Amino acid sequence: MVICLYTMEICLGFDHVSHKLGRLKRAPENFLSSDFATDVTATGLDDSRRGFLRKSFLGALAAGAGATGLSSAALAQNGPDDPAIITKQMWQTTLGQPVAVKPYGMPSIYEKYLQRRESPGLTRVSASSVSFAPLQGFFGIITPNGLHFERHHQGWYNIDPNQHRLMINGMVKKEMVFTMDALMRLPAVSRVHFIECGANTGMEWGNVAVPTVQYTHGMLSCCEFTGVPLSLLLDMAGYDKTKAKFVLAEGNDGSGMTRTLPIETALDDVMVAWGMNGEMLRPENGYPLRLVVPGVQGVSWVKWLRRIEVGDQPWATKDEAVHYIDSMPDGQHRQYTSIQECKSVITTPSGGQQLLEAGFYNITGLAWSGRGKIKRVDVSTDGGKNWREARLETPIQTKALTRFNIDWVWDGKTAILQSRAIDDTGYVQPTIRQLRDVRGTRSVYHNNAVQSWKIDINGEVSNVQVG
Amino acid sequence: MFKLAKSAAVAALLVLGVSSVWAQNTTSYPGVGRAATANEVNAWNIDVRADFKGLPKGSGTVEQGTVIWENQCASCHGAFGESNEVFAPIVGGTTKKDQETGHVKALVTNSQPQRTTMMKVATISTLYDYIYRAMPWNAPRSLTPDDTYAVLAYILALAEVVPEDFTLSHDNIAEIQNHMPNRNGMTLDHGMRTVDGKPDVNAVACMKDCVKEVVITSSLPDFARDAHGNIATQNRNFGPTRGADTTQPPLAKLPGAGYQLKVVAVATTSAGQANTGAVAKALFTKNNCAACHAANSKVVGPSIAEVATKYKGNPDAVALLIKKVKNGGAGNWGSMPMPPHPQVSDADTKTMVIWMLAGP
Repeated sequence: MVICLYTMEICLGFDHVSHKLGRLKRAPENFLSSDFATDVTATGLDDSRRGFLRKSFLGALAAGAGATGLSSAALAQNGPDDPAIITKQMWQTTLGQPVAVKPYGMPSIYEKYLQRRESPGLTRVSASSVSFAPLQGFFGIITPNGLHFERHHQGWYNIDPNQHRLMINGMVKKEMVFTMDALMRLPAVSRVHFIECGANTGMEWGNVAVPTVQYTHGMLSCCEFTGVPLSLLLDMAGYDKTKAKFVLAEGNDGSGMTRTLPIETALDDVMVAWGMNGEMLRPENGYPLRLVVPGVQGVSWVKWLRRIEVGDQPWATKDEAVHYIDSMPDGQHRQYTSIQECKSVITTPSGGQQLLEAGFYNITGLAWSGRGKIKRVDVSTDGGKNWREARLETPIQTKALTRFNIDWVWDGKTAILQSRAIDDTGYVQPTIRQLRDVRGTRSVYHNNAVQSWKIDINGEVSNVQVG
Repeated sequence: MFKLAKSAAVAALLVLGVSSVWAQNTTSYPGVGRAATANEVNAWNIDVRADFKGLPKGSGTVEQGTVIWENQCASCHGAFGESNEVFAPIVGGTTKKDQETGHVKALVTNSQPQRTTMMKVATISTLYDYIYRAMPWNAPRSLTPDDTYAVLAYILALAEVVPEDFTLSHDNIAEIQNHMPNRNGMTLDHGMRTVDGKPDVNAVACMKDCVKEVVITSSLPDFARDAHGNIATQNRNFGPTRGADTTQPPLAKLPGAGYQLKVVAVATTSAGQANTGAVAKALFTKNNCAACHAANSKVVGPSIAEVATKYKGNPDAVALLIKKVKNGGAGNWGSMPMPPHPQVSDADTKTMVIWMLAGP
């Protein structure tokens, strides 16, 4: 009973925040007037209110039991016993493994199917390729470090942090060199941000091309990054505040990866980061130092960062003059497309998954915007005819993934699931048709269209596009 | 302590005569970072911009470029930069007419199956910068500036932007820029450069009766069902869903609660692992054997050395000890019984027993 009351308080608190009475309806203790609920939320539970709740709960329980014609004893099931309960399991009857058998812990062997994977045929050389994160298996918003997507242009390295340097040169008073020792003495900050490759969902511009959310949206990850603001380093070097218009970030890999950033972006929220989810960056993700450019496509998050140059013109480097340019129907290419616009995708149920039976499902997915915070996510189960507002998990952070959930009772009939995110600029995630009307079908980049998953009557989910 | 710190801070305030010393607001961070030397900046500052800022002096002929290309570039890019085997092709799809207009016509007519580098790139500096910084792919930074001019001259000759007897240099590269086939092909007229840019599409969040009829316009063809491997082995085998077994046709009907796919059963034995000391030792630790059995000294049970000595020369030792590990035993080594270990697989037990019998 006490637990029920405690649960009640949580339900009421949630209701107060969201101003949605619909939440209250779903709670099993749905027996309070909204006036009473609001009052309790505002002033808390005193003894008389506790007494009222207790009585109301008993009443509701009796009413529920009466309606189904069951006494509490009759709830016990007659039927086959579950051997998982009846049989003694090995892990109940033998000694488990000692500590530190794995000095660096690994997931359960039963999790081995959730791995980063390449998309067959997408690239021809694995050192210049992509591995996609298994979004279909993630919870919440944080990507486990070992499952962060990979994109290398000329292979990855284990760079010795004692041999790594960051140089700041160009239009600065004092051209500077930092060791990792020096950088890590500076006042660090930690922030959660998503990183999405500009080519994420790029295979789907013309038609459906890949089967699962891992391949449609898996060039997406979200971590807590730790480092110093780039603005702090630019201030230390004394960047030219009148003439500086752009910075170039350069990597320490064989490709000498280079990308231009406008100075406004560089001074805004860009970080020079070494930490990732509480530990050092993984080598595949730029160990020991990378740029974090919130809201901007992943290619600008230069890994193995070795140099920042301040200048007055953009550089038109290979990855901003040959690749990462957006092909438009008139034959022109959009250059320096950077912002990852508002986007969302349902991760369960999603393409390639198999539902086992009809009934209740929690539809869940991810939403994000390179322009700010997620304001709302709507979900359709009928291919976009009708929509309902999903619940957003908190905290909702700027330029970070936001997890959404919505209740759904599947009736076993064909359904098409879609999600549609809205960010705090008011921008609404577009349909693929709306995007194609402006950008055609031959671009590789910046496809943030609404994703559709079709559920067949046999429970199998597949990737489809709808008109 | 707090009082002391506060009064010290107040004293500092008076001495320095500034209004805020509670939080240090510094951009100097004494002792952190140092000035770069000129040589250091020169070593790393190799970028070449579209206005040719940063371009090293030098020159190279098409003929020199041909030699370098055949030795170091052709294996990936093809003898004529046309190969699509390893990377997308570099040359092809541009015309003399494109060189006049600065717009590659094939990008509008879609007459080329694939966009080549020369069809896309607007800035010749980009090619110089990238070849110099990152090529050849497996030996980046091995080309000299003259090599780089020569390789670039060869590419330009293949694209018929320069004649076959051409010498490209820092003096004439700006002139060649004026002949780049897609030099006018880039646009900055879009809202995706900065966070406050204007989006292309303004969708409306309709909630009810938004479309009359839902038409599926694209789906994966049946033959592609298994193109990304078996999806069953890319999902958990528990929870609200499974992965579909894409090695099989779709199921005829809903599989029902608790459906298990045989293909994703996880083997929990380490059978097949090499019987090396390291593997056995790891198993010994993992299975808690080390809690009772040390290398040379008796702890709770006999030492590994004692076991090895006792069973030396006994042909049945392996089988006997596997049974003892599995079922437990008592009486051989004092009053403390050996507990049974049914959770340890036969293969693992055998690995450890053989390792023990070899002695510590």
